[in-house]
Amino acid sequence: MPLLRKERSALPGLNLSLGFTLFYLGLIVLVPLSAAFLKTSGMTWNDFISAVTSQRVLASYRITFLASFAAASVNCVFGLLTAWVLVRYTFPGRRLVDALVDLPFALPTAVAGIALTAIYAKNGWVGQFVDPDGAHRLLPQGIKIAFSEIGIFVALTFIGLPFVVRTVQPVLEELEPELEEASASLGANRWQTITRVILPQLFPALLTGFALSFARALGEYGSVVFISGNMPMKTEITPLLIITQLEQYQYAHATAIAVVMLIASFTLLLLINLLQKWSRRYHRV
Amino acid sequence: MASATASLSTHRERGTGHARRATQDAPWVKWTLLTIALLFVGFFLVMPLAAVFTEAFRRGAGAYFAAFSDADALAAIKLTLITAAIAVPANLVFGVAASWAIAKFNFRGKSLLITLIDLPFAVSPVISGLIYVLVFGAQGWYGQYLNADEPWFPWLQQWLIEQDFRIIFAVPGIVLATIFVTFPFVARELIPLMQSQGTDEEMAAITLGASGWQTFWRVTLPNIKWGLFYGVILCNARAMGEFGAVSVVSGHIRGETNTMPLHVEILYNEYNFVAAFAVASLLALLALVTLALKSLVEWRHTQSLRSENSES
Repeated sequence: MPLLRKERSALPGLNLSLGFTLFYLGLIVLVPLSAAFLKTSGMTWNDFISAVTSQRVLASYRITFLASFAAASVNCVFGLLTAWVLVRYTFPGRRLVDALVDLPFALPTAVAGIALTAIYAKNGWVGQFVDPDGAHRLLPQGIKIAFSEIGIFVALTFIGLPFVVRTVQPVLEELEPELEEASASLGANRWQTITRVILPQLFPALLTGFALSFARALGEYGSVVFISGNMPMKTEITPLLIITQLEQYQYAHATAIAVVMLIASFTLLLLINLLQKWSRRYHRV
Repeated sequence: MASATASLSTHRERGTGHARRATQDAPWVKWTLLTIALLFVGFFLVMPLAAVFTEAFRRGAGAYFAAFSDADALAAIKLTLITAAIAVPANLVFGVAASWAIAKFNFRGKSLLITLIDLPFAVSPVISGLIYVLVFGAQGWYGQYLNADEPWFPWLQQWLIEQDFRIIFAVPGIVLATIFVTFPFVARELIPLMQSQGTDEEMAAITLGASGWQTFWRVTLPNIKWGLFYGVILCNARAMGEFGAVSVVSGHIRGETNTMPLHVEILYNEYNFVAAFAVASLLALLALVTLALKSLVEWRHTQSLRSENSES
């Protein structure tokens, strides 16, 4: 193994633990993942391109990308707000809210999916007031949330919220109060202190949170399928399209789309790693 | 980090009292932000949770409990427990081995290894299932092996065919896909924890004549037990709740290859909403227990940091 050259240490167990780690990593992660790339390498370039750029596939990229982007953006605003409230204010139930922020991590996605659908469908708690067919419609036209693009956005916002809160929160906790005091004593008002002193320090963490939330939303399946309505060309997300292709035994097509998604995810992962390095360096200075 | 929180709290104490300090928000700002944040949390987090239990009890407690007398529901619960009982220990052993190698030794390619361990989190659940279909499906490498005329290890091929040993659309595939999606949980908790603890205590134990295993069981394990527990509860929650990856490899055979989340989907698609939400409520309870345990571990962690701080 030229890649993993080891140095001598007095502690035992390197060969056993590293050997097992590499074996298990290869067996569970690397070999199956490489199968996706090997499978597509059997396709001709033209077949591959036509499989990943057909009208229906392009429409799925579009809705997946737009809904994920919108959800991650909204999460940036409300995630920052939630983190701010949790770190800076004391109020009854703060611990409970803090724990609850992780709910989307802990709640199985299928459960979140059916719960959100029940809420936003035309007879649901929210749906009855906003749906075009809702009994207590508030707007004359109404807005369709469940079984529309907005439903996808709602599900992805739910899924992505903790990513922003949990990346911004620790940075906010460690901000030095001296900087704010200095800014205030130099004559800045509170708004200037927040926009010119606090927000710039939070920016790398906020961007990382956005990227994590966006990356998670791109691949999300369980919470979306119930609420989206799954109309081809309209509300069909890319992960669902992969499943549809699989169910029609179009293994090569499904894998080709999966490879495009994998490349997108790995690029995002690389970007997130760079962002985290940047934000760490930013805070050391 | 402990010192930072300590200075923050003293700052806060000084701030409360009479005149508002320049580094604090005006009361109307505070209350507006608090209201918006709580409304958002209420809409997006509390409401879905409440909806699960409300829908589950819509027809009363009788209908709720009737949902669990169904043999298919019980089979789904059993399969979910079996899956987690295999996947969680497997990833626990891996997490301990990986963090021991990474935290206690120096070798080249370490940061690449850490990135590769995190890789499954970047993969869509659907794709996690798909890659196992490609390897173990009838059209995949495993299927090709079973159909090969001159295979490696003919006795193995013979045995697999005689046993009719299936991986995809069967329990082994569900377990494998679950192991894949929960792969990094324990390792990513333990690696930073063990790195921060260094090797001094282990070195001392070895110097005093302890064997490698003794050092691990008596020195390392007590030091990492809370981090380990934290990783295990998160891993378990995901293992029991995974939907996308398991959905691809399961084949949805009622009473045989349905886990709880898949059973929820089937009931829901049959418009059997009360039963669907009843099974879902068990998973929601699991999520609540997970959050409670997680908060408890975090609380203990800050407590121990604080006591260390006051001792020194």
